[in-house]
Amino acid sequence: MIGEVYLDHAATSWPKPPVVLESILNFLETAGGNVGRSGHRRSIASSRAVSLAREQLADLLVAESPDELIFTKNATEALNLAISGMAVDGVRIVTTSLEHNSVMRPLRGLEQRGACTVEVVATDGNTGEIDLDEWAARLRAPGDCFAVATHASNVTGVLLPIAEMAAIAREAGRHLIVDASQSAGHVPLSLTALGAAAVAMPGHKGLLGPSGTGLLYLAPGVEIEPLLRGGTGSLSESEYQPDFAPDRYESGTPNMTGIVALGAAAQFLHETGLDLIHARATALGRHFRDALADVPGITMQGPVDPDRSVGIASVTIDGIPCSTAARMLDDEWGVMTRAGLHCAPAAHRSLGTAPEGTLRLSWGMETTEQDLDTAVEGLRVIAERARAAASRAIA
Amino acid sequence: MNWGGVVSFFASEHAMRSERVLQRAGLSARLVPGPREVSPNCGVAVAFLWEDEPDVARLLGESKIRYEAIHRYALDAEGQATGSFQQSTAREP
Repeated sequence: MIGEVYLDHAATSWPKPPVVLESILNFLETAGGNVGRSGHRRSIASSRAVSLAREQLADLLVAESPDELIFTKNATEALNLAISGMAVDGVRIVTTSLEHNSVMRPLRGLEQRGACTVEVVATDGNTGEIDLDEWAARLRAPGDCFAVATHASNVTGVLLPIAEMAAIAREAGRHLIVDASQSAGHVPLSLTALGAAAVAMPGHKGLLGPSGTGLLYLAPGVEIEPLLRGGTGSLSESEYQPDFAPDRYESGTPNMTGIVALGAAAQFLHETGLDLIHARATALGRHFRDALADVPGITMQGPVDPDRSVGIASVTIDGIPCSTAARMLDDEWGVMTRAGLHCAPAAHRSLGTAPEGTLRLSWGMETTEQDLDTAVEGLRVIAERARAAASRAIA
Repeated sequence: MNWGGVVSFFASEHAMRSERVLQRAGLSARLVPGPREVSPNCGVAVAFLWEDEPDVARLLGESKIRYEAIHRYALDAEGQATGSFQQSTAREP
C-alpha cells in the first residue's frame, strides 16, 4: 500500500486548512443569500461575510483599502481584466520571456487584432535575471505603453526582481501588471510597498482558498475598463456601470462561498506568517536540491538559488519522457507531480526544455522532508531504469 | 433603542465595512434597509445613535470608506422609520 505525496501545489494547493472547509459549511448554513442585493437577513449575512473576506485579504496583502481588491474567478480572469482594461489601440506592451499563457494569450490576442505590439525582454529561468536596462529603455520609449511581468516562474519557481521592475515602471510613468500566481501566499508581499498598478493572483494556490476564486489588486487612482458590465446591487436606477471600486469591476453574483473561504484562508496565513511559510519552502528546496545532487541521470532545471524562489523545482530525466516519469511516480510511489510545458512555452524555450517540457514538483505548507525523499527515491529508480533500458538497447 | 441617524452609501460593501468600523470603535451601529427618501443607491444603510454623529463622521473619514451622506432620521429598534425624514448633514468630503 503506497501513501500519497501531493507535490502539485503550483497547479492548486491541497489540502486546504480546516478553517477553509468549516467556513464553507458555515456560510452555506448561516448566510447563503445574495451579496449586496437584498435587505433581508440572509442577504445581509452574505454581504457581511464577503466584506469581511475582502478585509482579511487586504490585511494579509497590505492593501491600503479593501476597495483595491477585486474578486475574480481566478488569476486568468484577473489578468484578462487588467490587460484588456488598460489596452488602448496601438499600445506597446512590454513583458518577460517567463510568462504563463494567461498573460501571453491575451497579449497575442490583442496583437493578432492589430490592437497592440508585444515586446518580450529575455529573462533567465534559472536565475530570474532580467536586463533591467533593457526593461527601462523599453518602458521609457515614447507612445502608449504598459508592462506585464510574472513575480515567480511557474516552471522553475525562480523569483524575478519585481520590486526593481515596478520602481522602473513607476519612474517611467507606466502601469505594471504583476502576475503573482506563484508567489501570493508563498512569499511576504506588500501590495502597497510594491507599487505596481495592478497585481493578479489566484485564490486557490498559495492563498489556500477553494478553486473559482482569484483577485485583482488595483492601486489607488488606477481606473481601467471593466471586463464585464451588469448588475452590482448598487446604483440600480442607472443603466451605466458604477464608476467606483469594487462594484465597477464585479458584475453578477460572485462566488460568495469561495470568497468567504478565501478570507478564512487569508486570516490563517496572516496568523501563520508569510515569512515563516517562505522560509519553510526554501528549506525544503535546499533539502530537495541536496538529496537530488548525487542522483545520476537527473538534471535540475532551476532555480539555482532556493532562497530566491518559491516551492517549485523542475527536472528532466535522461532517456525517459517526463510524462512517463510522472505516471510512474504516481502509480508506484503515490507522488503527484505535473509533466509538460505548464502552459508556459516561452519559459521552456528559454530553458531549452521545449517541446518536451519538464517534470515539475511543487510543495506547500503540509509537505515534509520525508515527502521529498520519497519523490527523490522514485526519481532515482526511474532514472536507473532508463539507464538500464538504454544499455540493453546498445547491447 | 431608537436610532436617530443613518449613513447612506453607494455600495453595500461600504455599508458592511462601516458597520464593522463603528462597532469596533464601541459605537452602537446596525445595518438597516435603506430608507427610500434617504438614498436609492444601495439597499442598506447603517443606523446609529444621533449623539454619536461627530464620532461617526470622524471614523468614516479616518477609515476612508466611501459613503454618500449622513442623515438625521428617526428609526425604531428594528430599523423601521418612526417619523419623517428630517435632514441630511455631512456629505462625504
